[in-house]
Amino acid sequence: MIMKKINTFFYTLLQGILNIFRNKWFSLASVATISACLFLLGVFFAVVANAQHIVKTIQEEICLTVFFTEGTSTERMAEVQGIIDARPEVLRTQFHGADEEWEWFRENHLHADADDFWENPLEGMDNISVYMKDISQQPALVTFIQSIPDVDHLNYSPSLANTFSGVNGLISYVFVAIIVILLVVSIFLISNTVTIGISVRKEEINIMKYIGAKDFFVRAPFVLEGVLIGLVGAAIPLVIIYNGYNSLLKYVVDRFAMLSSLLDFLSVEEIFRFLTPVSLLVGVGIGFFGSMSTVKKHLDV
Amino acid sequence: MSKRKELKLQKQKQIMEENGIIYLDNVTKAYSKGSPAINGITLNIYRGEFVFIVGDSGSGKSTLIRLLLRELTATSGSVYVMGQDLAQIKHRKIPTFRRNLGVVFQDFRLLNDRNVYENVAFAQRVVETPNREIRHNVPAVLATVGLAGKYKAKTTQLSGGEQQRVALARALVNNPSILLADEPTGNLDPHNSWEIMSLLEEINQRGTTVVVVTHNREIVNTMKKRVIAMKKGVIVSDMEEGIYDDNEED
Repeated sequence: MIMKKINTFFYTLLQGILNIFRNKWFSLASVATISACLFLLGVFFAVVANAQHIVKTIQEEICLTVFFTEGTSTERMAEVQGIIDARPEVLRTQFHGADEEWEWFRENHLHADADDFWENPLEGMDNISVYMKDISQQPALVTFIQSIPDVDHLNYSPSLANTFSGVNGLISYVFVAIIVILLVVSIFLISNTVTIGISVRKEEINIMKYIGAKDFFVRAPFVLEGVLIGLVGAAIPLVIIYNGYNSLLKYVVDRFAMLSSLLDFLSVEEIFRFLTPVSLLVGVGIGFFGSMSTVKKHLDV
Repeated sequence: MSKRKELKLQKQKQIMEENGIIYLDNVTKAYSKGSPAINGITLNIYRGEFVFIVGDSGSGKSTLIRLLLRELTATSGSVYVMGQDLAQIKHRKIPTFRRNLGVVFQDFRLLNDRNVYENVAFAQRVVETPNREIRHNVPAVLATVGLAGKYKAKTTQLSGGEQQRVALARALVNNPSILLADEPTGNLDPHNSWEIMSLLEEINQRGTTVVVVTHNREIVNTMKKRVIAMKKGVIVSDMEEGIYDDNEED
């Protein structure tokens, strides 16, 4: 009994692989469709993920500055810094003492003229720079900081925050919308190709059924064929995008050093952490479910 | 074996002995439009018989074959094959039932991307026959139909007669109790037609029940077998050593 099952398993496996070569034009068309769709998806993902990453990097550099009421002790300022640091939306904080700031300014900008100043003009201007993880949460943080005793006032730009969170939100929406559209188009195109390919072989399925083949026996080679086609179709664009992205990144860094120092691009590994499982899942998933449902339509003989 | 299954098999055996290996009890098959394709047929075909079913187009012959294959179910009445009431067979059990039948079609229905050996072996693989047995059975059955030397050939390289012999070999390799042939000589020249009929007769002499649906008057009239004539969904004559009568067709 087990031997029979093993025989059947290897037979269906072999038939699934042979089917790909028996129907080479259909196989090629399916692989090409899957590859083209997933290539578009991959390229678009790489572009949008980078755009999002760049916007995020820039907004992390935007800070609000907290000033204290006159006479606040250094210990209290450190305490307030701790309270702000503990907030989940805060990425990091940095304390700027008036004396250290003045010292730095004298050394770096005034040079010989430094001796003309006897007093620290920045006296009483100790402050904390607060950098946020997500700038859209700035209003809530501002309200919180303003409620802390000894905080005098804050310097920040509500319009900058609004612009950035708007851009970020827009990119996210557009990204999700286009990914969904591309996925739906891919699924439609790929399953259509698989459907046509299998419908052509309706007669073969009928013959198998007349001979007394069980549904599994008929379906297994087709499903395996669909999965293999999906796998190959997904692997091709991944390889192309991997090499293409790496080359492009290298080219940008070499040719446009200025641009690459300003903008922080995602590494190919970061892109592929998402792209590999999604592409493989879409390719294999469509191959599996597409062939499964198409064969099912013809099994009722 | 459970008591229930034993009783079921006993009942099937009894139906088969009393009413034949194929038994239609007042069967009607109506499609959604028009008059029924089969209208109240009662028919008994016994084990080991050779039966011709004749009739013009639209007489209900093909519907009858499809009912026997359990491709269709009767609108009313019961169809029994090997004592099994086909209406009672669950969808997943249909393949197992069909393994009792060998089927041959007018258009051969071979897997054209496989060679002769693989087409015949396929029927054995479907029933999970071990490879060792397949390697023994396939050449033997190909020898029976006179194609032992062509086992490697692609089916598309064969003549119509040879293709039908491959189909016959595929139908026979699992030793079915019943062989259903739907217009097996419809696409063949007279010489090949007679060769196929000789093979069918030989198979029948070995004990297989053979049911042949045909238009071929010459073959029916020469072979002197039981002839069931159908017209507009009913049986108009059923004769032992019968002939295909012009008047019945009109």
